[in-house]
Amino acid sequence: MSIAEDIPEVRLTVAGRTDASASTALPSFFLGKLGLLGRIGPLALGLALPVALAAGWEIAVWAGLADGRLMPPPSRIARTLGELATSGELGVHIGVTSARVGAGFALGALAATVLGALTGAWSLGHRLLDPTLQALRAIPSIAWVPLFILWFGIFEGSKVALIATGVFFPIYLGVAGAIHDVDRKIVEVARVYRLSRLALARRVLLPAVLPAFVLALRSGLGLGWMFVVAAELMGASEGLGYLLIDGQQTGKPAQIVSAIVVFAVLGKLSDWLLTRLTQPLTRWQDTVRNHRAEDAAC
Amino acid sequence: MLALRGVCHTYPNGVRALDGIDLTVAEGEIVAVIGGSGCGKSTLLRLIAGLDRPTGGEIRLDGAEITEPNARVGVVFQEPRLMPWLSIADNVAFGLVGNVPAALRAARVASALERVGLAAYATAWPRELSGGQAQRAAIARALVCEPDVLLMDEPFGALDPFTRAGLQDHLLGLWVDRRPTLVMVTHDAEEAALLADRVVVVRPRPGRIEASVNVALPRPRERGSADVEQVKRTLIGLLNRTFETITETTQDRDGWPPARSAALEWQI
Repeated sequence: MSIAEDIPEVRLTVAGRTDASASTALPSFFLGKLGLLGRIGPLALGLALPVALAAGWEIAVWAGLADGRLMPPPSRIARTLGELATSGELGVHIGVTSARVGAGFALGALAATVLGALTGAWSLGHRLLDPTLQALRAIPSIAWVPLFILWFGIFEGSKVALIATGVFFPIYLGVAGAIHDVDRKIVEVARVYRLSRLALARRVLLPAVLPAFVLALRSGLGLGWMFVVAAELMGASEGLGYLLIDGQQTGKPAQIVSAIVVFAVLGKLSDWLLTRLTQPLTRWQDTVRNHRAEDAAC
Repeated sequence: MLALRGVCHTYPNGVRALDGIDLTVAEGEIVAVIGGSGCGKSTLLRLIAGLDRPTGGEIRLDGAEITEPNARVGVVFQEPRLMPWLSIADNVAFGLVGNVPAALRAARVASALERVGLAAYATAWPRELSGGQAQRAAIARALVCEPDVLLMDEPFGALDPFTRAGLQDHLLGLWVDRRPTLVMVTHDAEEAALLADRVVVVRPRPGRIEASVNVALPRPRERGSADVEQVKRTLIGLLNRTFETITETTQDRDGWPPARSAALEWQI
């Protein structure tokens, strides 16, 4: 073999390296100027609109341009939240609601993962189970409530069942679809190296479906928060949904908005947590998100 | 010795990909299989790899029939087919099947990476490699278990000419180490002329061996040298003959009047 023929390859890598080092050197050079804004920039930009709207509303009510009775200004919402928090009530409601979402999500996600893996990886299972599950999916989940109340009672059982049902379908579809979509060519490599079925599942299928699985879990979790509200609206003595209904019945819009704000924060927080926890599993992906993360790490 | 006797393959949809292939490849020989697209040359490789079973005839490696993927046969596909979730070193380790002690495993992976010039990329992700580097990693994965037969399906077809030339030389360098039997599918007459001891020209629909050309040139062969160019011209001539035959058969079947001469001129 001739060394001369290898030179183009070598030169390519060298060029790549200088490029990389240049791109790490440049930002650190500009960091002095861009640093603070660069770091808080995205967050500040995202907050600009809601903060401006809240401030505008606050000023409008304060100046007497609007009475703020049905849509209370931020200061009154903050006060209500403060009162609920100091009395310990808010903590109880958050705890109850989160527990319901947690239990429903865990049950729904577990069932969906098992059934999704079954129908995705086993074609007879697919033909056997998938039509029924697709038919069940066509039923609006809320339609199950009366039956769930008869089956599981009016307390936690029926609520958790409703949330689990809502969580189930997006995760089921995500898992089954992801297994179906695993690259045939990669599976063939596993055949060349004579992997057993179990090793194929563990070493190839599982890692290949992880990114889609994480996405499915996230959309499932979002639906979990949606269905906990539905469940609590239909009758609960505790929970953030109860706060909503109570606020409506006693004419306290500030309490309703407070509960909505807490829902927003909890939903975002749980999604962030899920993303964070699963990030190490999908670090290999060639995605915009990972590139951004790497750039940020530099 | 790798021996194919009357190998036929018909796909479930009725397409006859291969028809009566007889081919014997001696130990340590480099055979290039060359033909137009759709001539069944990739199918042939899949059969030797044990990924598919021939519908007729048999394939034997040193007397043992090949019916499924086999530790003695390594495969490099047209695409690198690396597992995107494994580091380059772990991808190469994927080629080590069975219980290899961790220390030995690490040593063999390191030496395989060293041999393909990717030692510095052991911890990189596949997405961080160029096309040529990724294909070298795939070659390392196929070589790490030291197969007796290495099958390559247009391994450099998707690469730019510079990288391809570099990898062709690199491949010969690797082959010299242990001299495995090498069966390489290509559509590139130059690649065949540069690398092979023998070139098998396959005629399409159904795939049959048109000609077998011995390339008696000493190595290293110089790209663009008169000898290599001569072999290349011979191969292109044979390839064109395989194209003509299809034109003829399709016309015969369809009963078209012989508007054939124009087609022939264009082919040549």
